[in-house]
Amino acid sequence: MYQSQAVIGITNARKNPPLEQCVWPADALNNIPDWVYTSQAIYDQEIERIFRGDTWNFVALEAEIPNPGDYKRGYVGATAVVIVRAEDHTISVFENRCAHRGAEFCRSSHGNAKEFVCPYHQWSYDLKGNLQGVPFKRGINKVGGMPPDFKNAEHGTRQLRVATRNGVVFATYSDKTPPLEEYMTKEIVQEFDVPFSGRKLRILGYCRNELPCNWKMYHENLKDPYHATLLHSFLVVFGLLVPGIKSIVFADKEHGRHGYMASSKPDQVYATVDADDKAQMRSFSDKLRLRDERFLDYVREFDSPWSANMMTMWPNLIVQRQMNTMGVRQIIPNGPNSMVMQWTMFGYEDDTPEMTRHRLRQGNLMGPSGFLGLEDNEALKFVQEGIRNSSTDNNVVKLDAGHQGTARNLISESCIRSLYQYYRDVMGIRVAEVAA
Amino acid sequence: MKERLAYARSTISPRRAAELRAEVDSFHVEYCAALDANDIERWPEFFSKEATYRITSRQNALLDMPVGLVYCEGLDMITDRALAVAHSQMFAPRHMLHVLGITRVLQETGETISSQTPFILMQTLVEGPSTVHLAGIYHDRFVRDGERLLIASREVVHDTEILDTALAYPA
Repeated sequence: MYQSQAVIGITNARKNPPLEQCVWPADALNNIPDWVYTSQAIYDQEIERIFRGDTWNFVALEAEIPNPGDYKRGYVGATAVVIVRAEDHTISVFENRCAHRGAEFCRSSHGNAKEFVCPYHQWSYDLKGNLQGVPFKRGINKVGGMPPDFKNAEHGTRQLRVATRNGVVFATYSDKTPPLEEYMTKEIVQEFDVPFSGRKLRILGYCRNELPCNWKMYHENLKDPYHATLLHSFLVVFGLLVPGIKSIVFADKEHGRHGYMASSKPDQVYATVDADDKAQMRSFSDKLRLRDERFLDYVREFDSPWSANMMTMWPNLIVQRQMNTMGVRQIIPNGPNSMVMQWTMFGYEDDTPEMTRHRLRQGNLMGPSGFLGLEDNEALKFVQEGIRNSSTDNNVVKLDAGHQGTARNLISESCIRSLYQYYRDVMGIRVAEVAA
Repeated sequence: MKERLAYARSTISPRRAAELRAEVDSFHVEYCAALDANDIERWPEFFSKEATYRITSRQNALLDMPVGLVYCEGLDMITDRALAVAHSQMFAPRHMLHVLGITRVLQETGETISSQTPFILMQTLVEGPSTVHLAGIYHDRFVRDGERLLIASREVVHDTEILDTALAYPA
């Protein structure tokens, strides 16, 4: 997989400790050690315990594979999988690895197939990933070939459990992952169902970028409302998110691993910000005005108090709804210092042509060139670059100290604290004892 | 699927194509010079009032997906993008360098010219190497404005499947 920083910026070995040296600082809630983002051993354990653990991983939207035989390449964690709709309309997810010699056999990003054939030795698999055929299985003239006890059924691809909700497809490696809705928790299901109500989706397109940052930073970014009003001058100037508007940063009540940052845009186009708040925000400018204000039109299409809701579903999904631009983003971890983001933008099948164009215009907010998306990408890159070779090792998350989980105010890091409390538990990371 | 971006034969004579290519070259020389000088606020000057501009991947183009990394309908949106890049967006300082291939002129109808031009967009970050940031083809429609050409429609279709971090400036 592509990595942009392969040669320059090698991480200092001290930032890459083995697991036994990964001990969280004693004041655990208010601090994050750098090795969380830079240790290869931590990353490897995340793949095992999180992406292959008891989690539902986003893999596709059903609208991408509407017909029998439709498939797409995808990822669970960093592992390549194929997502396929079989003749019986069920969806299967299996590893993109031939059981014979390991070749990644599905090479097209998407398509329609009756079977999958590995190009190396032409072992063939059905649409559920079961081994169908092995050429010369009995040899030639009964010489050579597989031993008599070789059973196709024992040599299929690695198949994952699959669950769907209203057109969104998830997969898990674990037999112990609870049912999807239970895994999501009640409040997350409620907000998830706003864009995914069962209304048929129309895919509007894709983009993909590599970010030289640890994958968890993207979760943190969406549990960090503090940055939104400071980094994103666009949000502030156009009143999409300013101090004082109705907003929430929600963490799921059971684990604090899923969450959302939601806000309700006032009706006027441009924000009014009082002088005190304005003085705190260097990026705020009264002079910035749009020539084409259609961009900020907000068509109220959902029964929701929020005009924007950015949801994170642990461990790899972001559901993006900002006014009328919608999309899902999949986090693909790529080693401790890199991740790939796959963006899938969508609208609805019953959208008018003008509504589709409106969504596309508003889509300029998002993606790797988006008025907002670009800035997050850049900021997260700066963080990873900052921590990889610095002499200090610690990040401070003390805003709104003493609180964990859901916050009603924007100057809070309470949801980041609850995420890492859950994370330490899943990863089995020790916390240092307070010095006597 | 292949039909959508398939090779299409030029409909004009080689001699006329060469004349028009010289005009399109003159346009591109200035377009690229403005962007390579980081003078993003001049970028809208190269577009007609009703111009559309979109950057999208070859994958999206083949699937007929309408989404754009940058998606502008009309000069006002193009100007908004230029002003946002110049005055509001936060990103690391960088230099961009456009390297263009040979323009193919496909069609001339009245005052409009359709053409395709391959490009490589190089990016150099502070203390960084120069990297190929985006590679693809401009699918253009030009209109005449007196002596000059202006873009009526530019579809920047890039082959690059994974973008390095972000695309800050237009292509």
